[in-house]
Amino acid sequence: MANQIGNYSLYIALVASIYLIFQSYKLSKRSSKNLDSKIFSVLSIQSAMILISFFSLIYVFIISDFSNETVYNNSHTTKPLFYKISGTWGNHEGSLLLWLLVLTIFLFIFLIRSKKQSKNYRLLTVLFQEVIIFGFLLFVLFTSNPFTNLFPIPKEGTGLNPILQDPALAIHPPVLYLGYVGTSIIYSSSLAALVCGIVNNNWAQHIKKWIIISWIFLTIGIMLGSIWAYYELGWGGFWFWDPVENVSLMPWFCLTALLHTIIVLEKRNLFKFWTIILSITTFSLSMSGTFLVRSGIFNSIHTFANDPSRGVFILCFLFFLIFLAIFIFFIYQKNISKDLSKTFIISRETVILVNNLFMMFFLSVVLIGTVYPIFLEVINGLKISIGPPFYQKLIVPFLIPFLLFMAMGPKVKWIKDKFEKINLQQFILLIISILISYLLITRYGENYLFAVPLFGLGFFLLFFTIKDFFSKYSALPQKLAHFGFSLFIISVLFNGILAKEYSSNMKVGDKREFMSKTLIFENLKVIQKSNYQSLVGEFKVLDHRNNLKFNPEIRIYNQPKTLTSEADIISTIYSDNFLVFNVLKDDGYYNVRYQYKPFMIWIWLSVILISIGGILSYFKKND
Amino acid sequence: MYGKKVKLRAFFILLIFVSLSLTAFLVFKSFEENVVYFMSPSEIKNSSELEAKKIRVGGMVKKKSIKITDSEINFIITDFKNELIVSFKGPVPNLFEEGKGAVVEGFLQDRNYIKAVKILAKHDENYMPPEVKDALEKSN
Repeated sequence: MANQIGNYSLYIALVASIYLIFQSYKLSKRSSKNLDSKIFSVLSIQSAMILISFFSLIYVFIISDFSNETVYNNSHTTKPLFYKISGTWGNHEGSLLLWLLVLTIFLFIFLIRSKKQSKNYRLLTVLFQEVIIFGFLLFVLFTSNPFTNLFPIPKEGTGLNPILQDPALAIHPPVLYLGYVGTSIIYSSSLAALVCGIVNNNWAQHIKKWIIISWIFLTIGIMLGSIWAYYELGWGGFWFWDPVENVSLMPWFCLTALLHTIIVLEKRNLFKFWTIILSITTFSLSMSGTFLVRSGIFNSIHTFANDPSRGVFILCFLFFLIFLAIFIFFIYQKNISKDLSKTFIISRETVILVNNLFMMFFLSVVLIGTVYPIFLEVINGLKISIGPPFYQKLIVPFLIPFLLFMAMGPKVKWIKDKFEKINLQQFILLIISILISYLLITRYGENYLFAVPLFGLGFFLLFFTIKDFFSKYSALPQKLAHFGFSLFIISVLFNGILAKEYSSNMKVGDKREFMSKTLIFENLKVIQKSNYQSLVGEFKVLDHRNNLKFNPEIRIYNQPKTLTSEADIISTIYSDNFLVFNVLKDDGYYNVRYQYKPFMIWIWLSVILISIGGILSYFKKND
Repeated sequence: MYGKKVKLRAFFILLIFVSLSLTAFLVFKSFEENVVYFMSPSEIKNSSELEAKKIRVGGMVKKKSIKITDSEINFIITDFKNELIVSFKGPVPNLFEEGKGAVVEGFLQDRNYIKAVKILAKHDENYMPPEVKDALEKSN
């Protein structure tokens, strides 16, 4: 029953979408002053329909209705309720329905929140957004329908992949999607603004909120995924330059560039073309992220099913949206009024342009590194992979000037400023920071790529922003975000330089000596849980100061038959101690991995600080 | 003389051009050093020269081939035509099992033996490395 409701409400939403596309196009040609109330009511119906559809999918997951193919493939009666619900978006079909839901809800909110804007602009935003919604509705209904019926009805489902049964992963996709899909509004509204010829500071002020909100969700979404990979996959780090991670990082770079550029447009009425280009690119990158992950090209944990028709559909749709944007850009670019304000080389505008330059560089490095292997395989069948050294070598050296600009940039005035303002105090601060980092590096005797200048500038940014908290120069959100970033860089560097790792194959009762520590495998217990069996190891790591006890787990799931390892992590504000173990075969040996990760928690905390900077900026009153 | 506006614009265009070419240069230079090639055990057997750089080898972990000692793990990786002996020290991923697909990253010692520095197994019980799939399709 719920199955049919969900299915039919999607068809109603499809009809509503067609109506909205035609109606908003027709109305935008007329010159009435008010937005047709019909548009609003039809859009409300559409949002309600997709909401109903989404909740009926959640409902069939809760009651484990195995006549639904999606439920059969991804759920099981013994699964805890929480994971039955999160299983709704833990699969291809359901996650696309979630995409769709966010697309419509965002448009709905946009329409409510944009009453001050001109009628034509609002109508055209509805038009472009409905084109995206229409495409996704077709995609969901005809290539990945979550309400496909199964007959005969199976007695039991095949279960959700156990590594997805995790609280961080239950909220990671929705949060990330809010970020991804938020960029769709930016795309639609910047095209609409282009057509209406209102790419100016008023529009910037209005769309800035959407940029900030997408940026916050994207930042937190990426972090949640990273935390999950850290403790659940046992990867034991925070970033691996895995293609799937990269794909979420690319729109983030672009969105961060946009976040800075939009301020220039707002305050100085400059960079109009560039803002539009960035808006279009950000959304295209979010879409291609979805394409690359969903099409099965990467063969990673995120690829739920390898159905080529799906990949082809998204690819065509993606190209259609990009060409639509380019087409509109070239037809209506004359609508953009010329930048009339005077520009000078030394000004805040230029500094923000420099930020954009760096962002675009980082973006191209990640883009090439991610796409090149796919490209090469298609061209001549060569299979290659590009590892972390590639990214580190290309990104790390450029962080040095980047950090310097990040510290000094907010100090530079709008319109025009002078070089002479760089005073002795700032110079001394720089010298002190470099000195501190030099002493630190020599003390630990580690020689790492560009460690001294990198650390130095990390500290410089840190001190600089702390000092700034007491001055009135720039806005609090900016200070907080930049401060958070300096903390992020420093903790990442410490983490990279001082991390220690040891691994060994051990039997119960074994003892290993390493790096003046002793690792003891004391005991192994078997515990029966409702939907899995758990092997709990008892380990001890001793050194002259501490006595750490670890209880990592190996979980044996039956539905589907999978082993997962749950790392045991002891977190303090100074460091994380990470221990995970693994079974190889039934000969008593376990593969044990111990890691010492300094300042791990600060990596997460600094990202949270950066996001709080965004949140503050969102709620800041426009002055 | 040109106006200030034109000069500024020319400066930006030059800046963009320079940074673009710099990016391209840096990226392709580090490609040379950091690209890791995939090979199958058969390709290694048939190669004329032994690859000195780090490579990745994809295949199935041969049944009953895993031997574990205190410090090392030894096993055989196969594409059902040719085999390669792997020795490895270090942490092993979750889904590394006999009879399942795995990808090994390391340095070839000779045509039958690789010293691995990393083992990758995919987090999907039905996953099979594309190389193995290809090899299986060819042999059938």
